[in-house]
Amino acid sequence: MVASLGFHAPGTVDEAIGLLAGDPQARVLAGGTDLIVQMRSGRIAPSAIVDLKRIGGISGVRVEGGRFVIGAATPCTALKDDKALVAAWPGVVEAANLIGSVQVRNRATMAGNLCNASPAADSVPALVAAGATAVIAGPNGRREVPVEAIPAGPGTTSLASGEFVVEIRLPVQTKGGSDAYLRSIPRTEMDIAVVGAGVSLVVGTDGICTAARVAVGAVAPTVLLVAEAGAALVGSAIDDAALDRVAEAVRAACKPIDDKRGTAEYRTAMAGVLAKRTVKIALERARSAS
Amino acid sequence: MSKLLVTTSVNGDAEQFLCDPGATLLEALREELSLTGSKEGCGSGDCGACTVVLDGEMVCSCLVLAAEVEGRQIATIEGVADGSVLHPVQRKFLEHGALQCGFCTPGFIMASKALLDHNPAPTESEIRYWLAGNLCRCTGYDKIVRAVQDAAAELRQERTAA
Repeated sequence: MVASLGFHAPGTVDEAIGLLAGDPQARVLAGGTDLIVQMRSGRIAPSAIVDLKRIGGISGVRVEGGRFVIGAATPCTALKDDKALVAAWPGVVEAANLIGSVQVRNRATMAGNLCNASPAADSVPALVAAGATAVIAGPNGRREVPVEAIPAGPGTTSLASGEFVVEIRLPVQTKGGSDAYLRSIPRTEMDIAVVGAGVSLVVGTDGICTAARVAVGAVAPTVLLVAEAGAALVGSAIDDAALDRVAEAVRAACKPIDDKRGTAEYRTAMAGVLAKRTVKIALERARSAS
Repeated sequence: MSKLLVTTSVNGDAEQFLCDPGATLLEALREELSLTGSKEGCGSGDCGACTVVLDGEMVCSCLVLAAEVEGRQIATIEGVADGSVLHPVQRKFLEHGALQCGFCTPGFIMASKALLDHNPAPTESEIRYWLAGNLCRCTGYDKIVRAVQDAAAELRQERTAA
């Protein structure tokens, strides 16, 4: 049991900022699927819990200026109910819906997946590939950063004291653009990625790739946006030679560890394989979308 | 430590309980409300033995703080049968012998019922993926999957007849 814990359920972002500013050891709660496990294992001992879910607009998907705005407390399963989001960013929605079980995904959020800062977080490579940003609220106001700027290492983030993510924004999908995410696990469900790969790309009517972003997870202390892998696709017809260059660039960027889920050598080799497969899925989707 | 007063709805009945701010919904259900059907297997969201339905969606009650459920609707295994009449999912688990020790069964029943509430005609693959968050260490899963398929068929017939 956690000793002398406070519990707050503010109704506004400003109220939450005030609560967090007055109590640096307080932690925000969205889905709780990491936070509660860590509290109960004794890994963390916050002074108070600030439940974000009573804040108006913090849950749900909306469109603002053509961009998708996903509230920080939106559970992963709710993303599947937004048909426009699924059509524009199927890879992001799929990645978020590989996390844990249905029970877990009915609570877990992408903002929480991001801020838990596991190198193996499934939704994060997909978000990075999609060019997502996170809007952060804190005592000094709001700021918007690329998603990849938030994880700083396993379990640590670049968020300052009192700051928290209020929403994730996804750009307008370009005509001829789509995305995909694949992960490698030894089981079929309920496992943690040994390698994850997210890809978003745009192809013109001539079949030439005009833009691409490739991100990989579980192969470094944080998610990696592999600019060289994206560059290897742009200007190509995404043929086998381009796919090989993607795999090579991804392998070169990997800095994995050996652990019980896989050796560094295996992870590096698989990252290349998975990146190629993910590009092919994104390409197929982009062609059928254009 | 000061306790929190939480007012909520459990299986359609208004309930109030006192809880520690760090207590889970599972602890509150079992210890404050004496609803001991929901089980703690792992306490970390891996086994699904504590599955309940919160505002229409199934969740692990070990991963919900009791304080969070203020004003919300909870359905537990205790509310599945209609008095002494078992729900078809419960009856089919018995008929198919889809349990041995029974510890995981309340969670499986809650998850299976939630599946059939969302999807009246799931494929075997959909059933297996949906139930991936519920672990059984006795039976293996085949009898459970068959029980869910049979319950789905019976519920579809009931709907057609109604």
